[in-house]
Amino acid sequence: MSIKLYDIAHSRAGDKGNTLILSLIPYEEKDYELLCNSVTADKVKEHFKDIIHGGIIRYELPNISALQFVCQQALAGGVTTSLVMDTHGKTLSYALLEMDLKLPKTT
Amino acid sequence: MKEKDKVRIGCGAGFSGDRLEPAVILAEKGDLDYLVLECLAERTIALAQKRKAADPAQGYDTLLERRIELLLPLLKKNRIRLITNMGAANPIAAADKIIEIAKRQGISIKVAAVTGDDVLEQISGNEVAMETGNPISMSGQVVSANAYLGADAILPGLETGADIIITGRVADPSLFVAPLLYEFGWSPDDADIIAKGTVIGHLMECAGQITGGYFADPVKKPIGNMSILGHPFADVYPDGSATMSKVVGTGGNITLATAKEQLLYEVTNPHQYLTPDVSADFTTVYLKQDGKDRIKVTGGNGSKKPATLKVSIGYKAGFTGEGEITYAGANALERAQLAGEIIQQRLNRQFLALRIDYIGHTSVHPSSLANGYQPYEVRLRVASKAATADEAAIIGEEVEALYTNGPAGGGGVRKYVNEVIGIVSILIDRNKTQSSVIVKTYEYQTL
Repeated sequence: MSIKLYDIAHSRAGDKGNTLILSLIPYEEKDYELLCNSVTADKVKEHFKDIIHGGIIRYELPNISALQFVCQQALAGGVTTSLVMDTHGKTLSYALLEMDLKLPKTT
Repeated sequence: MKEKDKVRIGCGAGFSGDRLEPAVILAEKGDLDYLVLECLAERTIALAQKRKAADPAQGYDTLLERRIELLLPLLKKNRIRLITNMGAANPIAAADKIIEIAKRQGISIKVAAVTGDDVLEQISGNEVAMETGNPISMSGQVVSANAYLGADAILPGLETGADIIITGRVADPSLFVAPLLYEFGWSPDDADIIAKGTVIGHLMECAGQITGGYFADPVKKPIGNMSILGHPFADVYPDGSATMSKVVGTGGNITLATAKEQLLYEVTNPHQYLTPDVSADFTTVYLKQDGKDRIKVTGGNGSKKPATLKVSIGYKAGFTGEGEITYAGANALERAQLAGEIIQQRLNRQFLALRIDYIGHTSVHPSSLANGYQPYEVRLRVASKAATADEAAIIGEEVEALYTNGPAGGGGVRKYVNEVIGIVSILIDRNKTQSSVIVKTYEYQTL
């Protein structure tokens, strides 16, 4: 069975220069492990292949059950000089949440 | 001085254009010790430097007068001290303006202006930008250079006893760390306690972003009464723990979810959140719901503050021209795309990197995410960089001409020309900055 990340998690986008920062936070703390196992840096890179041109580092914050993705070369040059509409990348949290997530089979 | 067992700090603004009312409500009903207004983004200060260059009495935040006029009587009545970076490029002129307002309102006031962040005179142009790896002079003509000062620059302002401390560029969390140092007598060298203060400052600094702003989703994350969204306050204790809440009766919600999103906001390395005061480890923070619209924040370890300070360099980056036009109904996307092709052919010799967006279709997310969705209306947006304002204006002119020289049913044209100030960053030795405090006072005299 497949769902969207949107169904079980929320996200906030932030920017520093040309770096996009996306948090990924499950609504239910029990889903944190599922996100850790399923939403890898490589998977995020593939999902955002048309936007993120640099590397992605994933940080894990088990204390608050959250993941943080720090994505380089992701904002078309950055907020001050970019020609894109959303110079901060503020809408991109909802792009992450569009990702499909295959649920493990329950036995 | 007797140290307090609790300090209450409110944050009434999280960016230069933030709403005025939430700060007024905090000052009126928040039972605050301190009010912080964070109003200075990277580019905001470069634009302020331009205003100062044109008029030496300008260069502070453009909303300063309106905010202070509303707040001053309440700050005085409720004995709240204000800490704000609304000084922008000119904290001394900002202090003068506040004195002028106090005279008009008949309120005695003492204002401390913190200076020393402006390091433009020290900049040679050969410094290497962190973002590009090239000398900053290659980015463009440098117009501003402001170092991020820390709590140690704000503390002497508090020690003067001033009612209002007004700064230029300081690190946002330092606006909160400074009063905690002052009230609790924390040692600036105790990295763990400074880290805790920094976590609190970071959670608070964007004001409404922890009470449901930039969070609400009516389907999955509903937030109450957003039209009267309240801004937060923190009750901070001497051990560096805090509870965060908001004034009863205001809109918004403070929940674990809003706090988690804000804790991670704009953090490029949760293990090492760097400010002029400390390197804070956000992975050691604990958050707990502590009642309705109330969270408890504990933990947060720190290590030694960096030897360098970050400096924001503003440089001239030319102009942008933009034009927009909307198509709706049958074949809206096809007509917008035809208009885009026409513009491309008319302008591609003069503008090499024309940007064409289809708003409502693929303007902010790429087509790989927007699979097959057919919008009812589409707005074409054309944008380009240009060397001059006159050249930038051509973009909008060509889009406007689509009315009579383009596809059927195009309407609602808007045109924009903007000067662009770019920002890059460098690091400098912290010993190369020297902050100082200038005090201005006004004593109200009854006749």
